[in-house]
Amino acid sequence: MTEQAIDTAERPGGLKRAVQGQLGAPLPRIEGPLKVTGTANYAFEDAPANVAYLVVVGAPVGAGTIIAIDATAAEGVPGVLTVIHDDPRMMAGEGNSRAMPSQGSRQIFHVGQPVAAIVADSLAVAREAAALVRVDVDARAGRYDFADAPVDETPAIGFLPSVTKGDLDLAMRDAAVTFDATYSTPAHFPAALEPHATLAWWDGDELTVRTSNQVIGAARGTIATALGIDAAKVRVLAPFVGGGFGGKTGVGAEVVLAAIAAQRLGRPVKVALPRRDTAYLVHHRSETRQRIRIACDHDGHISAIAHEGVAYQNDDSGFLEPIPFGSIPLYSGDTRVFRTALARVDLPPTGAVRAPGEAIGTFAIECAMDELAEQLGIDTIELRRRNEPACDPTSSKPFSTRRLLDCYAEGARRFGWPDRVPDPGTTRDGEWLIGIGMAAALRGNFTVEAAANVRLEPSGRVTVETDMTDIGTGTYTILAQTAGEVLGVTADQVDVRIGDTNYPKSAGSGGSFGAGSACAAVLLACEDVLAELALRMNAAPEELVLRDGCVTAGGREVPLAELARGEPIEGRGKSSPGQQAKRTSQASHGAHFCEVAVNGVTGEVRVRRMLGVFDVGRVLNQKTAANQIIGGMVWGISYALGEAAVVDTRNGRFVNPDFGEYHVAVNADVPQIDVHFIEEIDDAANQVGAKGVGELGISGAGAAVINAIHNATGVRVRDVPATLDTLLAGLPPV
Amino acid sequence: MRFTINQKTYEADVDVRTSLLDLCREHLGLTGSKKGCDHGQCGACTMLVNGRRINSCLSLAVMHQDDEIVTIEGLGTVEDLHPMQAAFVSHDGYQCGYCTPGQICSAVGMLDEVKKGWPSHVTGDLNEVSLNDAEISERMSGNICRCAAYPNIVDAIREVAGQLGDQAIKPAPRTANEQPAQEKVSA
Repeated sequence: MTEQAIDTAERPGGLKRAVQGQLGAPLPRIEGPLKVTGTANYAFEDAPANVAYLVVVGAPVGAGTIIAIDATAAEGVPGVLTVIHDDPRMMAGEGNSRAMPSQGSRQIFHVGQPVAAIVADSLAVAREAAALVRVDVDARAGRYDFADAPVDETPAIGFLPSVTKGDLDLAMRDAAVTFDATYSTPAHFPAALEPHATLAWWDGDELTVRTSNQVIGAARGTIATALGIDAAKVRVLAPFVGGGFGGKTGVGAEVVLAAIAAQRLGRPVKVALPRRDTAYLVHHRSETRQRIRIACDHDGHISAIAHEGVAYQNDDSGFLEPIPFGSIPLYSGDTRVFRTALARVDLPPTGAVRAPGEAIGTFAIECAMDELAEQLGIDTIELRRRNEPACDPTSSKPFSTRRLLDCYAEGARRFGWPDRVPDPGTTRDGEWLIGIGMAAALRGNFTVEAAANVRLEPSGRVTVETDMTDIGTGTYTILAQTAGEVLGVTADQVDVRIGDTNYPKSAGSGGSFGAGSACAAVLLACEDVLAELALRMNAAPEELVLRDGCVTAGGREVPLAELARGEPIEGRGKSSPGQQAKRTSQASHGAHFCEVAVNGVTGEVRVRRMLGVFDVGRVLNQKTAANQIIGGMVWGISYALGEAAVVDTRNGRFVNPDFGEYHVAVNADVPQIDVHFIEEIDDAANQVGAKGVGELGISGAGAAVINAIHNATGVRVRDVPATLDTLLAGLPPV
Repeated sequence: MRFTINQKTYEADVDVRTSLLDLCREHLGLTGSKKGCDHGQCGACTMLVNGRRINSCLSLAVMHQDDEIVTIEGLGTVEDLHPMQAAFVSHDGYQCGYCTPGQICSAVGMLDEVKKGWPSHVTGDLNEVSLNDAEISERMSGNICRCAAYPNIVDAIREVAGQLGDQAIKPAPRTANEQPAQEKVSA
């Protein structure tokens, strides 16, 4: 076992010497043929023939107490096998490794909270019976309106500590120029295309759960805790996950219900949440209000910067949207205030949705910077350049790597950013108003503990095993590339086995830490294999050259298969965060550039082109990394122009909990998108030198769109989405 | 009930409330077609029925006993990919893969519609239907990809349409410096 905490910024020797040319190459996904032929099996699929179907019954009101549940009528429907409503293990909401929801509770925290479950021979029967369950409640008036909910300025929940440096009021009073504006963002659904699905079965006292989940190592513990059993008795499988975006980081109540049902019936049980139910059983991103205050001199040098927000949560959950997360290390300024206040509501839980904090926080700060630049008469990029800090402006720690200035320069060059941006509302193409905008992107980088096994097989092929997931992120492929790079084989010679908690516990997919952490573990496991190969070659590991399935040392070239001598060579690796994470300030960076056309008559917005340049450390696969960034940028377009989950404040229900009414970007909303990387390997981040990618693309992207709309029309949008009605009144005369 | 799917005959005894999608996924072991919304809003369940693309979640199985049904499993296999499947792999026209079978069936059906001269919302001249990026994007907008690999999906379809060679393919300008024509009305 090669175990290493990231205490020094050093690359493992095997990677330093590697020559196979796999890592970083734009290889197509190795699991691609399965996905395009429909033979990749997701959680709900490939179930045994005797599987039973589970449908969840939700609370009919958003606040109150359950008095009684009458399932008599439901139980009478032919084909119904059992109704669960009185099991103390039932969870009121999602659980995760940090917090468990109430169990067996009679209190109602939000509409749709699971209160019962029907299990039947067929889906049609289960659905019919679910509608017949009578839930008697003692309802109370709920807190459904974020705008009116009382605000706790010093909440006890949330993982992001507040920052207060200096006297903000004083700095604002003394400054030559000040800026003070409030922005808002609506609730967002993660809305992964694969509905949350689970198949559960028991063998004696051992439970297996195949589920659409991003972090199965943690899920295993959460499921065991919920059921009151030993985690060693739980196996979680997730070979393919149809998107997650944060929504699948925890364990939903339906997972535990399926396990309870399978135990009760002695047969496998599966459940997939209907699309509209995902709005209630899966967490969403809180609506936010955000106030930005900046003080600076006439040249735009910032002396004080404050990003203060309010987000909501219900009484049963402990997450708080870390609104200013991305702003904290972004710009210089001695006086600094960053904090998030809490409004308690009786709505479904809020939680981590793609780039918690940064996705919507960078919208506010990056629109504010654009507004301030206009107020000062300085180019918006130049204002950012003048406030680029030399070290982390809040913690004073050195940056591990930070190429933000290069992202601005390279992006401006490639986009064709003019020396002087035309005044707002002055560029036309027929009836369309044309505008350009840009924004910075920043997403904090994290590395978490991860382990992996790497085995050189007697055949000369290589096997990688870890409990990572691939939620569309390219995990299968980059793990193969990493092992292939170091062991001198092409990625197609590597079998990647993931999505099974029987393999070593890894990072899972979340917080953009999956790729760097898991590849680091694979690299360290490869070091074990290299050490053994060196012994067999009678050489030091530094003397080995591994290429095209052969090892060369001391003038001798031997095929890997021969060196294996009929037995696999096992390597085990484990990487964990160390001193580097404490000594340095780490983040991925980028710059978005966008051109929009706004119809001068209707206010319709079309994004004409979008371009981004990003600093993500080592790029593990040019093709999949660029695709992930594109996805994030499209999410930016999507929340700038369309996405908004609307709460009916009379009853705590969502008005638009499906794809028909909650408008995510479709193909026609998206232009061709150019993505470029400035690649500086970040050895302080982790052993493979990669920083996070998955959440960087959305950070700042919405602001670039909104800033371009301003340049096109002269209208400042501070409350997204920028729907037609927000623009019409302010459009210049046709 | 009797069904012809991917040129194979299936017998099934199912609840009359069963959708064509659930018939395939839950009764016939054809799980390639995906259920994303069950409301005809996402397109993950797209199949070709008598050559036309439909949302199979919105159609009852019982209605399709005399139809020719093609699902993703009928287009190609891992060993022998359909050109559209191969193009999605090479252009990375997906991420999580869940919408992909629907995207591919939809793209195959869509190219046939163009071939037949069916116009779309963005077709300028109804007498001259041709394919360009705007047409591809418009015609593929019934298939949501939440991972948002849309530019790569367009690349894949454009390539396959070009291979087929029976329609004009006009890719939109892609490089950042090729600015669309702009007219400045005031300085």
